[in-house]
Amino acid sequence: MDLGNFLVMRQELGLLAVFVILLLLDLFVSETRAMKWFRPAAIFLFALHTAAGFFHVPEGTAFGGMYVTTPLAVLMKNILNLGLLVVFMQAGEWLRQQGTAIREGEYYIIALATLLGMYLMVSAGNFMLLYIGIEMASLPTACLAAYNKYKEKSAEAGAKYILMSTLSSGIMMFGLSYLYGAMGTMYFADMQPLVTADFMTVLGFVFFFAGLAFKISLVPFHMWAPDVYEGAPTATTAYLSVVSKAAGCFVLLLTLHHVFGGIGRIWYYMLWAITVATIVVGNLFAIRQRDIKRFFAYSSISQAGYIMLGVLHGTPEGLSAVVYYVLVYLFANMAAFGVIASVENNSGRTDLDAYNGLYKSNPKLALVMMLAVFSLAGIPPLGGFFSKFFIFAAAAAKGDYVLVFIALVNTVVSLYYYLRIIKAMFIDAPEGGVTERLRTDGYNKASLVFCTVGVLAAGIVSNLYGYIAGIGF
Amino acid sequence: MGYTVYIILVPMLMFLFLGLGSKWLRPRVAGLCGTLGMAVSTLLSYATAYRYFFVEGLQDGAYPALTAWSVQWLQFGDTLHIDMGVLLDPISVMMLVVITTVSLMVHVYSFGYMKGERGFQRYYAFLSLFSFSMLGLVVATNIFQMYIFWELVGASSYLLIGFYYTKPAAIAASKKAFIVTRFADLGFLIGILILSYYTGTFDFGLLTADDASLAVTSMAGGSFLGLSAATWAMALLFMGAAGKSAMFPLHIWLPDAMEGPTPVSALIHAATMVVAGVYLIARMFPLYYFAAPDVLTLVTYVGAFTALFAAVIAITQTDIKRVLAFSTISQIAYMMVALGVSGMGGHAGEGYTASMFHLFTHAFFKALLFLGAGAVIHAVHSNEMEAMGGLRKYLPVTHITFLVACFSIAGIPPFSGFFSKDEILSAAFGHDKFIFTVLLLVAGLTAFYMFRLYFRIFWGTERKYEVRPHEAPASMLVPLVFLALLSCAVGWLPFSRLVSSDGIPYRLGIDWAIAAGGILVSLAGIAVATRFYMRERGLAARVAAKWAGFWRAAYHRFYIDEAWQFVTKKILFRCVSTPVAWFDRHAIDGGIDALGTGTQQLSRAVRGMQSGRVQTYAAVFVWSVLVIVVCVFIF
Repeated sequence: MDLGNFLVMRQELGLLAVFVILLLLDLFVSETRAMKWFRPAAIFLFALHTAAGFFHVPEGTAFGGMYVTTPLAVLMKNILNLGLLVVFMQAGEWLRQQGTAIREGEYYIIALATLLGMYLMVSAGNFMLLYIGIEMASLPTACLAAYNKYKEKSAEAGAKYILMSTLSSGIMMFGLSYLYGAMGTMYFADMQPLVTADFMTVLGFVFFFAGLAFKISLVPFHMWAPDVYEGAPTATTAYLSVVSKAAGCFVLLLTLHHVFGGIGRIWYYMLWAITVATIVVGNLFAIRQRDIKRFFAYSSISQAGYIMLGVLHGTPEGLSAVVYYVLVYLFANMAAFGVIASVENNSGRTDLDAYNGLYKSNPKLALVMMLAVFSLAGIPPLGGFFSKFFIFAAAAAKGDYVLVFIALVNTVVSLYYYLRIIKAMFIDAPEGGVTERLRTDGYNKASLVFCTVGVLAAGIVSNLYGYIAGIGF
Repeated sequence: MGYTVYIILVPMLMFLFLGLGSKWLRPRVAGLCGTLGMAVSTLLSYATAYRYFFVEGLQDGAYPALTAWSVQWLQFGDTLHIDMGVLLDPISVMMLVVITTVSLMVHVYSFGYMKGERGFQRYYAFLSLFSFSMLGLVVATNIFQMYIFWELVGASSYLLIGFYYTKPAAIAASKKAFIVTRFADLGFLIGILILSYYTGTFDFGLLTADDASLAVTSMAGGSFLGLSAATWAMALLFMGAAGKSAMFPLHIWLPDAMEGPTPVSALIHAATMVVAGVYLIARMFPLYYFAAPDVLTLVTYVGAFTALFAAVIAITQTDIKRVLAFSTISQIAYMMVALGVSGMGGHAGEGYTASMFHLFTHAFFKALLFLGAGAVIHAVHSNEMEAMGGLRKYLPVTHITFLVACFSIAGIPPFSGFFSKDEILSAAFGHDKFIFTVLLLVAGLTAFYMFRLYFRIFWGTERKYEVRPHEAPASMLVPLVFLALLSCAVGWLPFSRLVSSDGIPYRLGIDWAIAAGGILVSLAGIAVATRFYMRERGLAARVAAKWAGFWRAAYHRFYIDEAWQFVTKKILFRCVSTPVAWFDRHAIDGGIDALGTGTQQLSRAVRGMQSGRVQTYAAVFVWSVLVIVVCVFIF
């Protein structure tokens, strides 16, 4: 066996090392007083791993093309790392509260395991490895969703997630078997020239796509999302809505054109309709939500629709716009979830009324939330405006004006429901809402500062997009 | 000479520092920081002027236009791009000296004048912002940069006029100034667009090179409503200039702008910002001269009319700052006329030199007049002449410096105003006898109203002052004395050796025949003023009563404000704005509302689909896959 193959997988190995160290640490220090050092250690180690990702860029294939890593894949993994790092920073406070019920350390370890799965998804050169990655990412996620296992809603969220996830993987596996049957190979590189519009390939593709669409929560495969998002612990919701979704988008971005480009004419209309449905349905449902986590579930569904707008045409501009969009979306959504987490930790509430008068009691949190929400709605000069702009520009460049128009109209609609949060925070009287000053720990504060700077800087530092576009697709 | 960029950057950084730190900086510290920053800029400007004129000096017999520093900011096409840079040529270097000197004086003066005011730090921050914008305007390398700073100057003027934001009059005045100049700037912008559309560049160097041949050839074809494209563009640029420089009929904002603090009036509304229009015409002069000579005639006549018109109004005003405001309008119009009658190159370009020279001398003596008026207001706590009289005993230093300024503006030798005014008169004489006559008349009127002002403040009967008026503190007197010295001295500069229409120095002596006429007229004006106002004998009132109708009309500024009110409120608001507003409220808002309510209803309708039952979800999932497969195969 050629051990050199493993060197290409440096990022996976680094993550594995963090995982193992934390696992052992948890084994020895849990239920001792040293446990209070566990969280700083976890965040520190993972931050190191994240930072390292920006420095070395391994490139190449390993295990006969099973595993492929490119600068683009490294960038995607870095984005996923950033997301999970922020989740870690925001989760601690809630985990402390659980104290006796569940062990704190496991949360980090399980989350790292899912991240490893996502790494494999992004770096897969073979559908088998991709499938394994998806399974690795999905099954532990159910644990994260059910982490408050004595709370009915959390347990329900976990159960719903695992059921739907199993269903979708089943369908996906079914599709993959068709694909294998049609082409006799599972390697991306080998399949690409063989993809033709015959019955088996198309059927396999649709089944495969449905499995991915489940992860990205595209309509009509989105129905699990609001229930799971609402019931799951807030940190998990943030993780699902950003990192897990981003990984799904990245896989779609990597496979759709590179592997299934040959039947582009067939899936174009399918994806077109799904994009419109996703944006519209996400928006329509978001309008009527009273629970902020449910609200963000629908918001993130419609955001996924915007992402699909960039994926659709597969031009380099569109694809780099997608990566940029995901990055900005990560900052904005994570900032919003940081605020949600601190409100929930203090008041135990997740309904929209809990935000009434937040500006009076906690102006800084209200400001962060406002910037996050404005970025999600696409208001200049925040990052969200530019990411939407690039996505729309990429679609318009291919002449898809109808789609861009529908998306634009929906941006206006989305502004309406995003502004409801702003209204609650700044205008509505704090009747029964959070009145006393919220306390939140330093990690959460740091994560909010990080995300806010990201939202602001992504809009202003114009060479960020240039950097992404320069990586090559 | 790349360091010139710091002349502009230092005030900008100071603005950011003072603006952000206004909460925790002590007033004195903030004032000191602002003043020091301005002092640095001033020293750098002097160094630049010295280097430019005497070290670098002439190239091929002419002063060159140097681009000392430049970055490309926006690129539109191969030739069309917006730069941000520093252009050094005789007039921009002169403006640097004028702006930094007057600004520094105002910074120092404000220490005493604004002492104890609320928002002292904010005041200094705004002063820095203004200085930054004005300096950026004069060193602009291209017309778009000039436009950007032009607007910034307008914005900082707005902020400073409305400095006393609790006073309704100040708020109204600041809005008026902003809206009127903004309206004029619309013309400026359209002019820029026309110009750049035809010539494909914003750059001053390219536009004015080779007798503006680029504009002449590229704009030859276009015409609209019988006028050529060049005429339109240059006339619209003049509209912008007229707004900023308060030319009739866009002058209405300037008298009201006197609601701002007096040092601000001295800096912005006398010495620097209001001459930006003159500067713009001078900057584009080759284009006016070669591409649109008709517009230059327009400039001449608008200027001559404004000069006379404002001088007549100035005679009747009783608020001392308003007198100075109308005097400013009249004097700026003088500069405009000088540009209008000017030719190109050598002696033919006498008007150009004269205009810039008058701009230069006027900046100092008019700033001095305003600062002196500030010292008077500081002493008696009123702007009205009625509250003053016999102040020469109480305010000796202010009195002498004010007298110097009055002699200077009246054009009495050897004070600086004489030299520049003489050049303007001589240029006008060589061009058009009628215009010359008007200017001569204005010179007499100027001498009369300035000495009316002087006598009513410092002579006449003493009022019963509740508090004994006291001389201003040293921080206010130092600028007064310094500016008085400048007002005596700068006239002796051999200005035509430094500034000329084509950059080539030439000799320009005093035309004693015309000078004698000018001096005589001015002396006559002073004599009449002395007779009327030195002692109060009711003579002035009797003369005024004889001309009662005319007097009242002039006192009410010939009802131009009311005319504008009528046009805007009765005609524009009623006939244009109201229908547009109706369309906006009903048609456009209605459409948006329909989108909103439609979405709401749809959203209510689909709500039931989300049941919470995982079996349903799974079923939907599977059916969706099947439907998609079927659809994919059908289509």
